[in-house]
Amino acid sequence: MTESHSGKWETVIGLEVHAQVVSKAKLFSGAATDFGAKPNTQVSPVDAAFPGMLPVINRFCVEQAVKTGLGLAAEINLTSVFERKNYFYPDLPAGYQISQYQQPVVGQGRVSLDMPDGTVREIGITRLHLEQDAGKSLHDQHPTLTYVDLNRAGVALMEIVSEPDLRSAEEAGLYLRKLRSILRYLGTCDGNMEEGSLRCDCNVSVRRPGEPLGTRCEIKNLNSIRYVMQAIDYEARRQIELIEEGSRVEQQTRLFDVGRGVTRPMRSKEEAHDYRYFPDPDLLPLTLDPDWVEQIRAALPELPDAKKARFMSEHGLSAEDAGVLVAEKETALFFERVAGERDAKMAANWVMGDLFGALNRLGIGIEQSPVSAGQLGALIDLIADGTISGRLAKDVFAEMVASGADPVAIVAAKGLRQVTDSAAIEAAIDAVLTAQADKVAEYRAGRDKLYGFFVGQIMRATQGKANPALVNQLLKQKLAG
Amino acid sequence: MSDAALLALSLAEARDGLARKLFSARELTTAYNDAVAEAEPLNAYITPTPERALAMADAADERLARGVGLPLDGIPVAVKDLFCTKDILTTAGSHILDGFRPPYESTVTEKLWQAGAVMLGKTNLDEFAMGSSNTTSWYGPVENPWRRQSGTKMGDNRPLVPGGSSGGSAAAVAAHAALAATGTDTGGSIRQPASFCGIVGLKPTYGRCSRWGVVAYASSLDHPGPMGRTVRDVAILLRAMAGHDPRDSTSAPLMVPDYEAALDGGFRGLRVGIPKEYRVDGMADEIEALWRQGVEWLREAGAEPVEISLPMTKYALPAYYMIALAEASSNLARYDGVRFGLRVEGDGLEEMYELTRAVGFGAEVRRRVLIGTYVLSAGYYDAYYLKAQRVRTLIARDFAAAFEQVDCILTPTAPSAAFAISEKSGDPIEMYLNDVFTVPANLAGVPAVSVPAGLSRDGLPLGLQITGRAFDEETVLRAAGVLERAAQFGHLPGFVAGGRS
Repeated sequence: MTESHSGKWETVIGLEVHAQVVSKAKLFSGAATDFGAKPNTQVSPVDAAFPGMLPVINRFCVEQAVKTGLGLAAEINLTSVFERKNYFYPDLPAGYQISQYQQPVVGQGRVSLDMPDGTVREIGITRLHLEQDAGKSLHDQHPTLTYVDLNRAGVALMEIVSEPDLRSAEEAGLYLRKLRSILRYLGTCDGNMEEGSLRCDCNVSVRRPGEPLGTRCEIKNLNSIRYVMQAIDYEARRQIELIEEGSRVEQQTRLFDVGRGVTRPMRSKEEAHDYRYFPDPDLLPLTLDPDWVEQIRAALPELPDAKKARFMSEHGLSAEDAGVLVAEKETALFFERVAGERDAKMAANWVMGDLFGALNRLGIGIEQSPVSAGQLGALIDLIADGTISGRLAKDVFAEMVASGADPVAIVAAKGLRQVTDSAAIEAAIDAVLTAQADKVAEYRAGRDKLYGFFVGQIMRATQGKANPALVNQLLKQKLAG
Repeated sequence: MSDAALLALSLAEARDGLARKLFSARELTTAYNDAVAEAEPLNAYITPTPERALAMADAADERLARGVGLPLDGIPVAVKDLFCTKDILTTAGSHILDGFRPPYESTVTEKLWQAGAVMLGKTNLDEFAMGSSNTTSWYGPVENPWRRQSGTKMGDNRPLVPGGSSGGSAAAVAAHAALAATGTDTGGSIRQPASFCGIVGLKPTYGRCSRWGVVAYASSLDHPGPMGRTVRDVAILLRAMAGHDPRDSTSAPLMVPDYEAALDGGFRGLRVGIPKEYRVDGMADEIEALWRQGVEWLREAGAEPVEISLPMTKYALPAYYMIALAEASSNLARYDGVRFGLRVEGDGLEEMYELTRAVGFGAEVRRRVLIGTYVLSAGYYDAYYLKAQRVRTLIARDFAAAFEQVDCILTPTAPSAAFAISEKSGDPIEMYLNDVFTVPANLAGVPAVSVPAGLSRDGLPLGLQITGRAFDEETVLRAAGVLERAAQFGHLPGFVAGGRS
C-alpha cells in the first residue's frame, strides 16, 4: 500500500518469468546449450530454420517442465499443444517461435512466501509453458549492421506466469527469490540472472484499495531482482501520478532504463503484434503418461518449505534460522552436512555466523567456501569434546578460512589444545589470586563484578587454552574458600 | 539395346534387366542423361545432375558385379526440386532460394540413394509447390509432352500444362526423361499431374514418407510420394521411400510392407465405394463416362461396387485452402534474406524484408501468404482457420464411415484433361477447382493413387483415382493394378525422348 497526498493506493503485480531449462540439448534440436560458446557454434539447421527442417521435442526438457510444475504444486496437463507465435525478427530464424498458448503443459499452482512479519503469503501460479528462446542480435559489432548469434535460438525456456497476487516491489522480490530457490532445488533452472537464465516481465497496475484492477503496463525483460523492484516502484509511482493529475494509464509495453531508473514506452496496445498463434502442424500434441508423471513426482527432492519445516521440527531451529538456511539449496545442504549427528543449533550458529561472515568478507558463495562442511563439523567436534574452547575455536576458524587446513591439524600445529589438567589450572588460578590479593579482598567484600576480571587474567595466563568450565568451577571454589 | 528400347522399359523391367546383366547401370543412365538433354524444351528439369548420375551408376554396377545389388540399384530417378539434396542446388521453384545448396539430404532421397537409385536431377515445380499447372515456377513453366491430336474438334497444337505442382516430375516420367520420380502432394500435386501426363502417381498415407528435408508448403497436408509409369513401379519406389523417421514427429512408427508383393493379392469380393458427391457441375461427360467404365472394370475383376456418401466433400476445397495457406504463411516466414537464398538490400531491416520477399516470391506465393496471414489474424481465426479445422475433422469422419462399408473408393482424379494456360481466365479460383477431387484425401491423410485409364476425345490422358484406408496402400495399389490391366492404357505422348521404340 502506498500513501500519497490523495490517499492510499494499492499496486497490483503479476510476473512472467522466463526460466532457461537445465538441459544439455535444445528444446527441438540436438544442438548444445553451453553458455558463453563462440557465436553460432551451437546451431543446428533446425535452429537456423533451414528449409525442410523439422522440430522434434526433447523429452528431457518436458521432464524438467513437469518436475517444475510438481515443485510449484501445480496441475500437470497430460495433453498440451505447441503453437506457433508468428513475428519477424532476425534473431527468430523461422519467423515464428514454438510456444504453448491455449494448452500449456502445467496449469495452476502456487508459491508460498515467508513474509518479514512471520506470516506466509500464497502467490498463485497461473500456468507454466515450454517455449523456444530466440537468438541474440548484436548491435555493437559493426557501425551499420546487426550481427545475429543463434547459439541461444531454440534453447528451452519455461515461462512461469503468476497471478496478479503481488502487492509491492518487496513481495515481487521475495517471490522471485523463492521461485529461483525452488528451481535450483529442483535442478530445472540454474537461476543465473546475469547469464540470462532467468528473465522477468512485470505487469504492473495501481488502484484504490477494494476497487477493480487498473490498466496495466508490462515492463519487459528485466534481468535482476533489484531492477525488477526498482522498475515496479518507479512504474507504480508513475501510474499514481498520472491518475492523480487527471490523466489515464495507457496499456503499454515498456522497457526499464537501468541507467536512469525509469521505465519508457516500447509499444502501445495499438502497435501490439498480432502473433497469429496456431497449433504447430510439425508437432503432435504432447501427451504424458500419468505413470511417468508419478515417477517424476516420487523422485522430487525435498523443497525449501518442507526442508524448513523439518529443520524446525527435527533440529529445533527457529523459523527465522530455518528460513535463512533453506533459502539457497547449497546453504541447506552445507548446513545438513555440518549438522549431521551434531548439535544442530551450534551448527546453525556457526554457518550463519562465522561462515556467512567470512564468505561475505571474501565476496564468494557457499559453493566456493574455503572451509568445507566436513571441516566445520570437525571444528564443532573439537569444541564438543572439550579439546578447544569456543573462544579458541574462533581463532582456529579464522586460520581455516585463511589456509583451508583441517582444524585438528591447526590445533596440533599451534599447540592450541585446551588445558583440562585441573592441577595446571589451579596453579594458574593461585598465581593470579596471589598477585591480585587486594582485588580478591574487594571481591569477597561484595564486588561481584570482579569475577570476570579474574577469569580474564587466568585465561591470559594460560594463553586462552584453559578449559573455561574448569576455570569457572575451580575459581569459584577458590574465591569461596 | 537401343536407347529408345532402354528408355521404354518400366522400372521393374529395368531392374530385372540390370540383375540379368542385359545392360549396365552406366548404359541405362547414359541413355537417361541423353534423354534429359533431349527433353530440355519441356523445361521439366531445373538442375540435371548427369555427372553425379554416372558416378552413382558406376557404384551400382560395381555392386551388381559383386552380386550385392540393392533393391533399386542403377535405377535413374528424378527428384522434385522440393526435396533438399546435399550440396546440390535446391530451389523449390523460387527465386528466393537462389544459390541454396543444403548441407543435408532429405530422408526420402537418402533412402533412395541407399537403395541404389541414381539421381538424374531436380525437376521443375510450381513455386513452393503452390499451383496445379506448373506455371508459377521462377524457372519457367513446364510443358506437357502430350499435345491434343490434330483433326479433333477441339484439337489444336498449343502447348499444354503438365499439371502441378509436381509437373516437372510428371512430364519427365511421361517423356521417358526419367524412369520414375519423387513428387509431393499437398492437395493433389502428385495425382493431378500424373493424370494430366498419363502416368501413375501415389500419395501415400500421411506419416508414411518422412517430410524431413522436404521444403514445407503446408506441413499437415504435405505428402511425399512416388510417380512412375506403372503401378508396379510406384509400388517398388514407395517401398524404398517409406518408413518411420524419428526426425519427423508426424512420421508413423510402422513397418513398411512389400507393396510389390501385395499387387498379387486377391481382389475378388472387395467392396469399392462410388461417392455420389463427386459428380460436380462442369465435369466433362467423358470423365463421367470413364468413371462408369472404371466401375465396370472393377466389377468384372470381382469387386462389388457400392454407392456411398461423403457428404462433406463440397466443403473440402475451401477448408483445404484455408488450412494450407494458413500453414504456408507461417512456413514461408523463414525466407527473409537473413540466412540463405536471395537478399535484396534495403534501407534498414524492414525494407530488406519487404524487398527480399517482394522480389523473391512470385505472385501466386504472395497471394497465398497474404490469404494465409489473413485467416490466422486476430478476429478471423475462429471464422476461417478454426472452422476449416472442424470441416477437416468431419471429412476425416466421412472417410472413416465410408471405410466401414467399403475397402476403397473409386473417383476421377481431376475434373478435366490437361489444358493450355491460355484457356484459363486467370481467376485463381478456377485454377483451385482442379484440386476438387484430390484435396479430400489430403485433409483426411488417407492414401490415394491416380492411374491412367483412358484418353479424352482429343487424345489426352485421363486418370482414375483409388482412395483407401489409412496405411492400407496395399489395397489401393492392388485396385490400381486391376484398373491398369483393364484399361490397357499403353499410349505414349507426342514427345518421348529417344523416339518411339
